[in-house]
Amino acid sequence: MSEELPQALQEIAADFAALSTQDRLQLLLEFSEGLPELPTRYTDHPELLEPVPECQSPIFVIAEVTGSGADAEVKIFFSAPPEAPTTRGFAGILNEGLADLTAQQVLDVSMDLPQRLSLGEAVSPLRLNGMGGMLTRIKRQVREKAEL
Amino acid sequence: MTVAHDPDSKFAEYAHPERLVSTEWLAKHLSDPELVVVESDEDVLLYETGHIPGAVKVDWHLDLNDPVTRDYIDGEGFARLMSAKGISRETTVVIYGDKSNWWAAYALWVFTLFGHSDVRLLDGGRAKWIAEERETTKDVADAQPTDYPTVERVDSGIRAFKDDVLDHLGNPLIDVRSPQEYTGERTHMPDYPEEGALRGGHIPGADSVPWARAAAEDGTFKSRADLAAIYQDEKSLSPTDDVIAYCRIGERSSHTWFVLNHLLGFEKVRNYDGSWTEWGNAVRVPIVKGEAPGEVKQA
Repeated sequence: MSEELPQALQEIAADFAALSTQDRLQLLLEFSEGLPELPTRYTDHPELLEPVPECQSPIFVIAEVTGSGADAEVKIFFSAPPEAPTTRGFAGILNEGLADLTAQQVLDVSMDLPQRLSLGEAVSPLRLNGMGGMLTRIKRQVREKAEL
Repeated sequence: MTVAHDPDSKFAEYAHPERLVSTEWLAKHLSDPELVVVESDEDVLLYETGHIPGAVKVDWHLDLNDPVTRDYIDGEGFARLMSAKGISRETTVVIYGDKSNWWAAYALWVFTLFGHSDVRLLDGGRAKWIAEERETTKDVADAQPTDYPTVERVDSGIRAFKDDVLDHLGNPLIDVRSPQEYTGERTHMPDYPEEGALRGGHIPGADSVPWARAAAEDGTFKSRADLAAIYQDEKSLSPTDDVIAYCRIGERSSHTWFVLNHLLGFEKVRNYDGSWTEWGNAVRVPIVKGEAPGEVKQA
Protein backbone atom coordinates (compact mmCIF):
# COMPACT_ATOMS: atom_id res chain seq x y z
CA MET A 1 0.00 0.00 0.00
CA SER A 2 2.49 2.61 1.09
CA GLU A 3 5.42 1.78 -1.13
CA GLU A 4 7.97 4.53 -1.03
CA LEU A 5 7.62 7.19 -3.70
CA PRO A 6 10.60 8.43 -5.70
CA GLN A 7 12.30 11.29 -3.90
CA ALA A 8 10.92 14.17 -5.95
CA LEU A 9 7.35 12.90 -5.56
CA GLN A 10 7.96 12.25 -1.89
CA GLU A 11 8.99 15.88 -1.46
CA ILE A 12 5.98 17.15 -3.38
CA ALA A 13 3.68 15.02 -1.22
CA ALA A 14 5.35 16.36 1.93
CA ASP A 15 4.96 19.95 0.70
CA PHE A 16 1.22 19.48 0.14
CA ALA A 17 0.77 17.69 3.46
CA ALA A 18 2.31 20.61 5.36
CA LEU A 19 -0.17 23.16 3.99
CA SER A 20 -3.71 24.26 4.82
CA THR A 21 -6.43 23.26 2.37
CA GLN A 22 -6.50 26.72 0.80
CA ASP A 23 -2.72 26.80 0.41
CA ARG A 24 -2.79 23.36 -1.20
CA LEU A 25 -4.91 24.89 -3.94
CA GLN A 26 -2.37 27.66 -4.33
CA LEU A 27 0.47 25.17 -4.63
CA LEU A 28 -1.51 23.20 -7.20
CA LEU A 29 -1.99 26.47 -9.08
CA GLU A 30 1.77 27.02 -9.04
CA PHE A 31 2.29 23.58 -10.57
CA SER A 32 -0.33 24.48 -13.14
CA GLU A 33 1.41 27.71 -14.05
CA GLY A 34 4.80 26.02 -14.10
CA LEU A 35 3.85 23.33 -16.61
CA PRO A 36 6.32 23.78 -19.48
CA GLU A 37 5.15 24.48 -23.01
CA LEU A 38 5.29 21.60 -25.44
CA PRO A 39 8.39 21.51 -27.62
CA THR A 40 7.63 22.44 -31.24
CA ARG A 41 8.14 18.87 -32.45
CA TYR A 42 4.86 18.14 -30.69
CA THR A 43 2.99 21.42 -31.14
CA ASP A 44 3.49 20.81 -34.88
CA HIS A 45 2.30 17.20 -34.53
CA PRO A 46 -0.38 17.02 -31.84
CA GLU A 47 -1.48 13.62 -33.19
CA LEU A 48 1.63 12.11 -31.59
CA LEU A 49 0.21 12.75 -28.11
CA GLU A 50 -2.21 10.44 -26.37
CA PRO A 51 -5.46 11.80 -24.92
CA VAL A 52 -6.36 11.06 -21.29
CA PRO A 53 -10.12 10.62 -21.15
CA GLU A 54 -10.26 10.22 -17.34
CA CYS A 55 -9.62 13.93 -17.05
CA GLN A 56 -12.60 16.22 -17.24
CA SER A 57 -10.65 18.57 -19.48
CA PRO A 58 -8.64 17.85 -22.60
CA ILE A 59 -5.12 16.76 -21.77
CA PHE A 60 -2.58 14.95 -23.88
CA VAL A 61 0.53 13.16 -22.82
CA ILE A 62 3.54 11.54 -24.46
CA ALA A 63 6.44 9.67 -22.90
CA GLU A 64 9.68 9.70 -24.84
CA VAL A 65 11.91 6.76 -24.06
CA THR A 66 15.58 6.66 -25.05
CA GLY A 67 17.04 3.18 -25.09
CA SER A 68 15.27 0.13 -23.79
CA GLY A 69 15.03 -1.91 -20.64
CA ALA A 70 14.80 -0.90 -17.01
CA ASP A 71 17.40 1.85 -17.25
CA ALA A 72 15.98 3.56 -20.36
CA GLU A 73 15.68 7.33 -20.04
CA VAL A 74 12.17 8.76 -19.86
CA LYS A 75 11.00 12.25 -20.74
CA ILE A 76 7.35 13.13 -20.46
CA PHE A 77 5.47 15.97 -22.14
CA PHE A 78 1.99 17.27 -21.42
CA SER A 79 -0.45 19.55 -23.13
CA ALA A 80 -3.51 21.03 -21.41
CA PRO A 81 -5.33 24.32 -21.96
CA PRO A 82 -5.17 27.23 -19.49
CA GLU A 83 -8.94 26.88 -18.88
CA ALA A 84 -8.17 23.57 -17.17
CA PRO A 85 -5.84 24.61 -14.33
CA THR A 86 -6.61 21.60 -12.12
CA THR A 87 -5.67 19.18 -14.86
CA ARG A 88 -2.60 21.27 -15.67
CA GLY A 89 -1.69 21.21 -11.99
CA PHE A 90 -1.82 17.40 -11.91
CA ALA A 91 0.33 17.34 -15.04
CA GLY A 92 2.75 19.78 -13.41
CA ILE A 93 3.14 17.49 -10.41
CA LEU A 94 3.88 14.50 -12.63
CA ASN A 95 6.20 16.58 -14.79
CA GLU A 96 8.32 17.54 -11.81
CA GLY A 97 7.89 14.34 -9.84
CA LEU A 98 8.77 11.95 -12.66
CA ALA A 99 11.65 14.00 -14.07
CA ASP A 100 14.95 12.14 -14.46
CA LEU A 101 13.50 8.75 -13.56
CA THR A 102 14.38 5.58 -15.43
CA ALA A 103 11.72 3.51 -17.14
CA GLN A 104 11.58 1.02 -14.27
CA GLN A 105 11.36 3.80 -11.69
CA VAL A 106 8.38 5.29 -13.54
CA LEU A 107 6.70 1.89 -13.65
CA ASP A 108 7.31 1.46 -9.93
CA VAL A 109 5.47 4.65 -8.94
CA SER A 110 2.58 3.59 -6.75
CA MET A 111 -0.85 3.95 -8.37
CA ASP A 112 -2.16 5.46 -5.16
CA LEU A 113 -0.01 8.53 -5.77
CA PRO A 114 -3.05 10.81 -6.29
CA GLN A 115 -4.39 9.79 -2.87
CA ARG A 116 -1.05 10.57 -1.22
CA LEU A 117 -0.97 14.24 -2.12
CA SER A 118 -3.44 15.42 0.54
CA LEU A 119 -5.58 16.98 -2.18
CA GLY A 120 -8.86 15.17 -1.55
CA GLU A 121 -10.32 17.91 0.59
CA ALA A 122 -9.07 20.68 -1.65
CA VAL A 123 -10.25 19.37 -5.00
CA SER A 124 -12.55 16.42 -4.08
CA PRO A 125 -11.56 12.76 -4.48
CA LEU A 126 -13.50 12.42 -7.73
CA ARG A 127 -11.38 15.01 -9.46
CA LEU A 128 -8.22 13.13 -8.49
CA ASN A 129 -9.18 10.28 -10.82
CA GLY A 130 -7.81 12.27 -13.73
CA MET A 131 -4.32 12.10 -12.33
CA GLY A 132 -4.51 8.32 -12.07
CA GLY A 133 -5.53 8.26 -15.73
CA MET A 134 -2.46 10.23 -16.70
CA LEU A 135 -0.17 7.98 -14.69
CA THR A 136 -1.73 4.85 -16.20
CA ARG A 137 -1.14 6.11 -19.72
CA ILE A 138 2.40 7.23 -18.99
CA LYS A 139 3.24 3.82 -17.56
CA ARG A 140 1.73 2.00 -20.52
CA GLN A 141 3.69 4.11 -23.00
CA VAL A 142 6.89 3.61 -21.03
CA ARG A 143 6.34 -0.15 -20.78
CA GLU A 144 5.80 -0.45 -24.52
CA LYS A 145 8.57 1.86 -25.61
CA ALA A 146 11.16 0.48 -23.18
CA GLU A 147 10.02 -3.06 -24.04
CA LEU A 148 9.60 -3.98 -20.42
CA MET B 1 -34.58 45.81 -1.51
CA THR B 2 -33.01 43.88 -4.29
CA VAL B 3 -30.84 45.23 -7.04
CA ALA B 4 -32.67 46.55 -10.12
CA HIS B 5 -32.98 44.16 -13.06
CA ASP B 6 -30.94 44.27 -16.20
CA PRO B 7 -33.18 45.99 -18.79
CA ASP B 8 -31.35 44.34 -21.72
CA SER B 9 -33.79 43.94 -24.64
CA LYS B 10 -32.80 40.31 -25.33
CA PHE B 11 -33.69 39.37 -21.75
CA ALA B 12 -37.00 41.26 -21.91
CA GLU B 13 -38.27 38.58 -24.32
CA TYR B 14 -37.80 35.79 -21.76
CA ALA B 15 -40.50 34.68 -19.36
CA HIS B 16 -38.38 35.77 -16.38
CA PRO B 17 -35.97 38.46 -17.58
CA GLU B 18 -34.90 39.15 -14.00
CA ARG B 19 -33.00 35.83 -13.93
CA LEU B 20 -30.23 37.01 -16.27
CA VAL B 21 -27.70 39.80 -16.29
CA SER B 22 -25.26 40.77 -19.03
CA THR B 23 -21.52 41.20 -18.56
CA GLU B 24 -22.00 44.91 -19.20
CA TRP B 25 -24.64 45.22 -16.49
CA LEU B 26 -22.53 43.27 -14.02
CA ALA B 27 -19.45 45.41 -14.65
CA LYS B 28 -21.50 48.47 -13.69
CA HIS B 29 -22.98 46.88 -10.56
CA LEU B 30 -19.92 45.21 -9.03
CA SER B 31 -19.69 47.65 -6.17
CA ASP B 32 -23.35 47.39 -5.23
CA PRO B 33 -23.39 46.30 -1.57
CA GLU B 34 -26.60 44.31 -2.03
CA LEU B 35 -25.09 42.12 -4.71
CA VAL B 36 -22.74 39.15 -4.32
CA VAL B 37 -21.12 37.53 -7.34
CA VAL B 38 -20.53 33.78 -7.08
CA GLU B 39 -18.21 31.78 -9.33
CA SER B 40 -19.08 28.10 -9.72
CA ASP B 41 -16.95 26.01 -12.05
CA GLU B 42 -16.27 22.48 -13.06
CA ASP B 43 -12.55 23.17 -12.64
CA VAL B 44 -11.99 23.83 -8.96
CA LEU B 45 -8.88 25.96 -9.58
CA LEU B 46 -10.22 28.35 -12.20
CA TYR B 47 -11.34 30.86 -9.58
CA GLU B 48 -7.79 30.96 -8.22
CA THR B 49 -6.38 31.79 -11.67
CA GLY B 50 -8.36 35.04 -11.60
CA HIS B 51 -12.03 35.90 -11.08
CA ILE B 52 -14.44 38.80 -11.34
CA PRO B 53 -13.42 41.36 -8.69
CA GLY B 54 -15.25 40.70 -5.44
CA ALA B 55 -16.61 37.31 -6.55
CA VAL B 56 -16.70 34.46 -4.04
CA LYS B 57 -16.29 30.79 -4.96
CA VAL B 58 -18.86 28.06 -4.42
CA ASP B 59 -17.77 24.60 -5.53
CA TRP B 60 -20.39 21.98 -6.39
CA HIS B 61 -18.32 19.05 -5.06
CA LEU B 62 -16.92 20.64 -1.95
CA ASP B 63 -19.60 23.11 -0.90
CA LEU B 64 -23.00 22.04 -2.25
CA ASN B 65 -22.83 18.26 -1.92
CA ASP B 66 -23.06 16.42 1.36
CA PRO B 67 -19.68 14.70 1.80
CA VAL B 68 -21.21 11.39 2.90
CA THR B 69 -24.73 10.87 1.57
CA ARG B 70 -25.37 11.39 -2.13
CA ASP B 71 -27.47 14.49 -1.54
CA TYR B 72 -27.14 18.22 -1.15
CA ILE B 73 -26.20 19.93 2.07
CA ASP B 74 -28.99 20.61 4.56
CA GLY B 75 -30.46 23.90 5.72
CA GLU B 76 -27.83 24.39 8.40
CA GLY B 77 -25.02 23.67 6.00
CA PHE B 78 -26.45 26.08 3.46
CA ALA B 79 -26.83 28.81 6.10
CA ARG B 80 -23.19 28.29 7.14
CA LEU B 81 -22.05 28.44 3.52
CA MET B 82 -24.04 31.59 2.79
CA SER B 83 -22.77 33.31 5.90
CA ALA B 84 -19.19 32.44 5.04
CA LYS B 85 -19.67 33.88 1.56
CA GLY B 86 -21.19 37.12 2.83
CA ILE B 87 -24.64 36.36 1.41
CA SER B 88 -27.76 37.26 3.37
CA ARG B 89 -31.28 36.09 2.61
CA GLU B 90 -32.04 39.35 0.77
CA THR B 91 -28.82 39.47 -1.23
CA THR B 92 -29.01 39.55 -5.01
CA VAL B 93 -26.75 36.69 -6.10
CA VAL B 94 -25.28 36.57 -9.60
CA ILE B 95 -23.66 33.25 -10.49
CA TYR B 96 -21.27 32.61 -13.36
CA GLY B 97 -18.98 29.77 -14.34
CA ASP B 98 -17.13 27.78 -16.96
CA LYS B 99 -18.56 25.36 -19.55
CA SER B 100 -21.42 27.66 -20.66
CA ASN B 101 -22.61 28.02 -17.08
CA TRP B 102 -23.38 24.30 -16.44
CA TRP B 103 -22.22 24.46 -12.86
CA ALA B 104 -23.48 27.99 -12.42
CA ALA B 105 -26.96 26.80 -13.44
CA TYR B 106 -26.56 23.82 -11.13
CA ALA B 107 -25.61 26.13 -8.23
CA LEU B 108 -28.56 28.39 -9.07
CA TRP B 109 -30.84 25.37 -8.97
CA VAL B 110 -29.47 24.35 -5.55
CA PHE B 111 -29.91 27.92 -4.26
CA THR B 112 -33.50 27.64 -5.47
CA LEU B 113 -34.02 24.43 -3.46
CA PHE B 114 -33.34 26.58 -0.42
CA GLY B 115 -35.73 29.25 -1.63
CA HIS B 116 -33.12 31.97 -2.09
CA SER B 117 -35.31 34.35 -4.03
CA ASP B 118 -33.03 36.63 -6.02
CA VAL B 119 -30.49 34.50 -7.80
CA ARG B 120 -29.44 35.24 -11.38
CA LEU B 121 -27.03 33.94 -14.00
CA LEU B 122 -24.43 35.94 -15.88
CA ASP B 123 -25.33 35.35 -19.53
CA GLY B 124 -22.28 33.89 -21.27
CA GLY B 125 -20.56 33.04 -18.01
CA ARG B 126 -16.88 33.18 -17.33
CA ALA B 127 -15.80 32.71 -20.94
CA LYS B 128 -17.64 35.82 -22.13
CA TRP B 129 -16.27 37.98 -19.32
CA ILE B 130 -12.73 36.85 -20.16
CA ALA B 131 -13.25 37.18 -23.94
CA GLU B 132 -14.33 40.78 -23.44
CA GLU B 133 -11.11 41.38 -21.51
CA ARG B 134 -12.95 42.62 -18.49
CA GLU B 135 -11.18 43.02 -15.18
CA THR B 136 -10.21 39.97 -13.16
CA THR B 137 -8.27 39.59 -9.96
CA LYS B 138 -6.63 36.89 -7.88
CA ASP B 139 -7.48 38.77 -4.68
CA VAL B 140 -9.97 37.03 -2.47
CA ALA B 141 -12.10 39.62 -0.70
CA ASP B 142 -12.89 39.07 2.96
CA ALA B 143 -16.57 38.24 3.12
CA GLN B 144 -18.48 39.72 6.05
CA PRO B 145 -20.30 36.86 7.80
CA THR B 146 -24.07 37.25 7.67
CA ASP B 147 -26.95 36.02 9.73
CA TYR B 148 -28.38 33.74 7.05
CA PRO B 149 -31.39 31.85 8.44
CA THR B 150 -31.57 28.06 8.51
CA VAL B 151 -34.10 27.27 5.82
CA GLU B 152 -34.83 23.63 5.09
CA ARG B 153 -34.47 22.54 1.50
CA VAL B 154 -37.71 22.02 -0.39
CA ASP B 155 -37.12 19.31 -2.96
CA SER B 156 -40.68 18.71 -4.07
CA GLY B 157 -41.10 21.49 -6.62
CA ILE B 158 -38.06 21.36 -8.84
CA ARG B 159 -36.27 18.14 -7.93
CA ALA B 160 -37.26 14.65 -9.04
CA PHE B 161 -36.12 11.40 -7.46
CA LYS B 162 -36.02 8.00 -9.14
CA ASP B 163 -39.46 7.02 -7.84
CA ASP B 164 -40.89 10.31 -9.11
CA VAL B 165 -39.49 9.49 -12.54
CA LEU B 166 -40.99 5.98 -12.45
CA ASP B 167 -44.39 7.54 -11.64
CA HIS B 168 -43.86 10.09 -14.38
CA LEU B 169 -43.22 7.59 -17.21
CA GLY B 170 -45.44 8.44 -20.17
CA ASN B 171 -45.15 12.18 -19.46
CA PRO B 172 -42.57 14.53 -20.99
CA LEU B 173 -38.97 13.64 -20.19
CA ILE B 174 -35.95 15.34 -21.69
CA ASP B 175 -32.60 13.64 -21.93
CA VAL B 176 -30.00 16.39 -22.35
CA ARG B 177 -26.95 14.15 -22.75
CA SER B 178 -24.97 13.61 -25.95
CA PRO B 179 -26.60 11.53 -28.71
CA GLN B 180 -24.16 8.66 -28.01
CA GLU B 181 -25.17 8.52 -24.37
CA TYR B 182 -28.85 8.65 -25.32
CA THR B 183 -28.65 5.70 -27.71
CA GLY B 184 -26.61 3.67 -25.25
CA GLU B 185 -23.53 3.54 -27.43
CA ARG B 186 -21.70 5.09 -24.47
CA THR B 187 -22.47 4.82 -20.78
CA HIS B 188 -20.74 8.08 -19.99
CA MET B 189 -20.06 11.44 -21.50
CA PRO B 190 -16.91 11.54 -23.58
CA ASP B 191 -14.10 12.37 -21.10
CA TYR B 192 -16.06 11.51 -17.96
CA PRO B 193 -15.70 7.76 -17.48
CA GLU B 194 -15.31 7.85 -13.73
CA GLU B 195 -18.98 8.63 -13.33
CA GLY B 196 -20.04 5.79 -15.56
CA ALA B 197 -23.01 3.51 -15.38
CA LEU B 198 -23.46 -0.22 -15.76
CA ARG B 199 -26.15 0.10 -18.42
CA GLY B 200 -26.47 2.43 -21.41
CA GLY B 201 -29.50 3.95 -23.07
CA HIS B 202 -32.26 6.29 -21.93
CA ILE B 203 -35.41 6.40 -19.83
CA PRO B 204 -38.41 5.14 -21.88
CA GLY B 205 -40.23 7.96 -23.60
CA ALA B 206 -37.47 10.52 -23.07
CA ASP B 207 -36.81 12.87 -25.95
CA SER B 208 -33.22 13.73 -26.79
CA VAL B 209 -32.41 17.45 -26.64
CA PRO B 210 -28.71 17.88 -25.89
CA TRP B 211 -28.33 20.82 -23.49
CA ALA B 212 -25.98 22.70 -25.82
CA ARG B 213 -28.75 23.32 -28.30
CA ALA B 214 -29.95 26.05 -25.92
CA ALA B 215 -26.61 27.84 -25.98
CA ALA B 216 -25.16 30.09 -28.65
CA GLU B 217 -21.52 29.73 -29.68
CA ASP B 218 -20.36 32.32 -27.16
CA GLY B 219 -22.06 30.43 -24.32
CA THR B 220 -24.95 32.89 -23.97
CA PHE B 221 -28.51 31.60 -24.07
CA LYS B 222 -30.24 31.61 -27.43
CA SER B 223 -33.09 34.06 -27.97
CA ARG B 224 -36.53 33.17 -26.75
CA ALA B 225 -37.75 32.61 -30.31
CA ASP B 226 -34.88 30.21 -31.03
CA LEU B 227 -35.49 28.33 -27.78
CA ALA B 228 -39.23 28.08 -28.45
CA ALA B 229 -38.46 26.69 -31.91
CA ILE B 230 -36.55 23.81 -30.30
CA TYR B 231 -38.60 22.88 -27.25
CA GLN B 232 -42.10 23.98 -28.25
CA ASP B 233 -42.21 23.63 -32.05
CA GLU B 234 -39.80 20.77 -32.71
CA LYS B 235 -40.43 18.80 -29.49
CA SER B 236 -44.08 19.85 -29.10
CA LEU B 237 -43.72 20.66 -25.43
CA SER B 238 -46.12 23.13 -23.88
CA PRO B 239 -45.40 25.53 -20.98
CA THR B 240 -48.15 23.83 -18.98
CA ASP B 241 -46.56 20.36 -19.36
CA ASP B 242 -45.09 18.54 -16.41
CA VAL B 243 -41.47 17.99 -17.54
CA ILE B 244 -38.51 16.19 -16.01
CA ALA B 245 -35.00 16.76 -17.36
CA TYR B 246 -31.98 14.59 -16.65
CA CYS B 247 -28.39 14.04 -17.73
CA ARG B 248 -25.56 12.25 -15.93
CA ILE B 249 -25.48 13.82 -12.49
CA GLY B 250 -27.89 16.72 -12.97
CA GLU B 251 -25.55 19.52 -13.98
CA ARG B 252 -26.28 19.80 -17.70
CA SER B 253 -29.97 19.26 -16.99
CA SER B 254 -29.86 22.21 -14.57
CA HIS B 255 -28.97 24.29 -17.63
CA THR B 256 -32.02 22.93 -19.46
CA TRP B 257 -34.16 23.35 -16.32
CA PHE B 258 -33.14 27.02 -16.27
CA VAL B 259 -34.05 27.42 -19.93
CA LEU B 260 -37.46 25.78 -19.64
CA ASN B 261 -38.42 27.34 -16.34
CA HIS B 262 -36.96 30.83 -16.39
CA LEU B 263 -36.55 31.60 -20.08
CA LEU B 264 -39.55 29.83 -21.63
CA GLY B 265 -41.84 30.07 -18.59
CA PHE B 266 -42.66 26.37 -18.18
CA GLU B 267 -44.52 26.08 -14.90
CA LYS B 268 -43.56 22.59 -13.77
CA VAL B 269 -40.05 21.47 -14.58
CA ARG B 270 -38.09 19.16 -12.35
CA ASN B 271 -34.44 18.21 -12.53
CA TYR B 272 -33.69 14.54 -11.86
CA ASP B 273 -30.24 14.93 -10.31
CA GLY B 274 -29.79 11.20 -9.77
CA SER B 275 -29.82 11.10 -13.56
CA TRP B 276 -28.05 8.41 -15.52
CA THR B 277 -25.50 7.62 -12.80
CA GLU B 278 -28.47 6.42 -10.77
CA TRP B 279 -30.84 5.12 -13.45
CA GLY B 280 -28.11 3.31 -15.40
CA ASN B 281 -27.03 1.51 -12.23
CA ALA B 282 -30.44 0.82 -10.71
CA VAL B 283 -31.83 -2.71 -10.70
CA ARG B 284 -34.89 -3.46 -12.85
CA VAL B 285 -35.71 0.03 -14.05
CA PRO B 286 -36.82 0.13 -17.70
CA ILE B 287 -34.26 1.29 -20.28
CA VAL B 288 -34.55 1.90 -24.01
CA LYS B 289 -31.61 1.72 -26.39
CA GLY B 290 -31.31 3.39 -29.77
CA GLU B 291 -32.47 6.64 -31.30
CA ALA B 292 -36.22 6.36 -30.70
CA PRO B 293 -37.75 7.47 -27.37
CA GLY B 294 -39.35 4.03 -27.10
CA GLU B 295 -42.50 2.70 -25.55
CA VAL B 296 -43.49 2.97 -21.94
CA LYS B 297 -44.67 -0.44 -20.82
CA GLN B 298 -47.32 -0.32 -18.15
CA ALA B 299 -46.45 -2.50 -15.20
